[in-house]
Amino acid sequence: MSPALRTLLYKELLRFWKVGFQTVAAPVLTALLYLMVFSHVLDRTVEVYGGVSYTAFLVPGLVMMSLLQNAFANSSSSLIQSKVTGNIVFVLLPPISYREFFAAYVLAAVIRGLVVGAGVWAVTLFFVDLPYAHPGWILLFAVLGGALLASLGIIAGIWADKFDQLAAFQNFIVMPLTFLSGVFYSIHTLPDFWLAVSHLNPFFYMIDGFRYGFFGQSDVSPWVSALVAGGSFAVLAGITLNMLSRGYKLRS
Amino acid sequence: MIEGVCKRFGSLQALDHVSLQVAQGEFFGLLGPNGAGKTTLISAMAGLSRPDAGTVRVMGHDTVADYRAARRNLGVVPQELVFDPFFTVRETLRIQAGYYGLRGNDDWIDEILARLDLTAKADSNMRALSGGMKRRVLVAQALVHRPPVIVLDEPTAGVDVELRQGLWAFVRDLNRQGHTIVLTTHYLEEAESLCGRIAMLKQGRVIALEPTADLLARRVQQTLRLRLGAGAALPAELRARARATPDGRIALTVDSADEVAACLARLHAEGVLFDDIELAKPALEDVFIAMMQEAS
Repeated sequence: MSPALRTLLYKELLRFWKVGFQTVAAPVLTALLYLMVFSHVLDRTVEVYGGVSYTAFLVPGLVMMSLLQNAFANSSSSLIQSKVTGNIVFVLLPPISYREFFAAYVLAAVIRGLVVGAGVWAVTLFFVDLPYAHPGWILLFAVLGGALLASLGIIAGIWADKFDQLAAFQNFIVMPLTFLSGVFYSIHTLPDFWLAVSHLNPFFYMIDGFRYGFFGQSDVSPWVSALVAGGSFAVLAGITLNMLSRGYKLRS
Repeated sequence: MIEGVCKRFGSLQALDHVSLQVAQGEFFGLLGPNGAGKTTLISAMAGLSRPDAGTVRVMGHDTVADYRAARRNLGVVPQELVFDPFFTVRETLRIQAGYYGLRGNDDWIDEILARLDLTAKADSNMRALSGGMKRRVLVAQALVHRPPVIVLDEPTAGVDVELRQGLWAFVRDLNRQGHTIVLTTHYLEEAESLCGRIAMLKQGRVIALEPTADLLARRVQQTLRLRLGAGAALPAELRARARATPDGRIALTVDSADEVAACLARLHAEGVLFDDIELAKPALEDVFIAMMQEAS
């Protein structure tokens, strides 16, 4: 790891850590509230997989949803803040390559996603005993999902000229894709049309694959999910690297 | 070295075949009215802007093909008062040094902080600093990797007189140590006293590129200022050329020392008494205004 990359990564980590209440504690609390409300209402009436309670089913979904949303928030909010306040110049003036730039923002976002995800997982331990059928799949989808949303966050942060546009990106693209990805339900409970639509949502594969790591059961094969998530990341990373190499909206 | 640099933003030709060379160790001024292209030119030097044509080299390194070496050799103080609100002054400087691959250079950071009178604020958050202090942190960030070429884009805007003098003393020292300084400023008296050579830009073109002394010599006209004695009046032919100054004096534009002598002889011959006399040399501001008008 080059010194410039290490420093930019450190800066990005320090940035979110300094406002930990907002960037870590708040999303953990939000996920906990989701868990308490949904599990209270549905735990005794819904069984998604055989032998798996609704609360147990819900927890990996909430962990992954928090991880994905916070990975996106980290890279996108850091970039839009730097652009709006003008301090982006501090990372554009030094000899940092666009690949180092990409790697630092993605790594920092993945780490924040993992920290928040681990926080959600830790607090939910008080409510449910989870199995860990395939820890390798859990880790793979956590990292891959975080990296995918980190890339999407870089694209959104660079594209948006103001906070309003970023909020639109977050609320009209990221949130619906997350909520309609099977966090709160198995897609096999959906009518055929919405089942087919769900299969077009890459977020579904990340959450389904992540859940497979816990229960050894999933709506689709974890290999298919890994392929879709990996392919989606490759496409987004390619777009992001292309934007950065051209200096799109960063260098005039 | 800047060679044939062009940059267009939509219909605006921000830089139009700009070529100039700044020698190592020079204190160089880049002057021009707002929108002349100074900041665009600096952005091209810093890699913040990509020229449509032409090349920029810093210490021999092309800012596009060999951008890492070019940027390592350059420190830029941006015009806008920008800062990262998450960090303290020391964190800001350590992070900036890290981007250039430098770690453990706290001795130099301490020295910069001391020279810029920021030592007491080293552990303060950037948000807690006054505008002048934030400006000085920007200067410190530009110097943290000891670049041989330092570009200061309006560094004294909003800085009080005492701090301005301290800043210039520091920059002069850096120049004496061999650092090349490129300065843009709207305070033309600063450019006049600091810069050995000046380029004037207008509408993206270089309209003058000369040693400061030569630029000042271009404007041969001087101003003779007189405070007339009580009841005294100028002879008619001088009165036609005279104008009153806000401080109650009479100003006469003269082209040569001989003309000064002739004016004084005429006043003496007419018995015109005056309490005070002053011959003002042309300032860079006069030259600047005249050149901008000529270029229109």
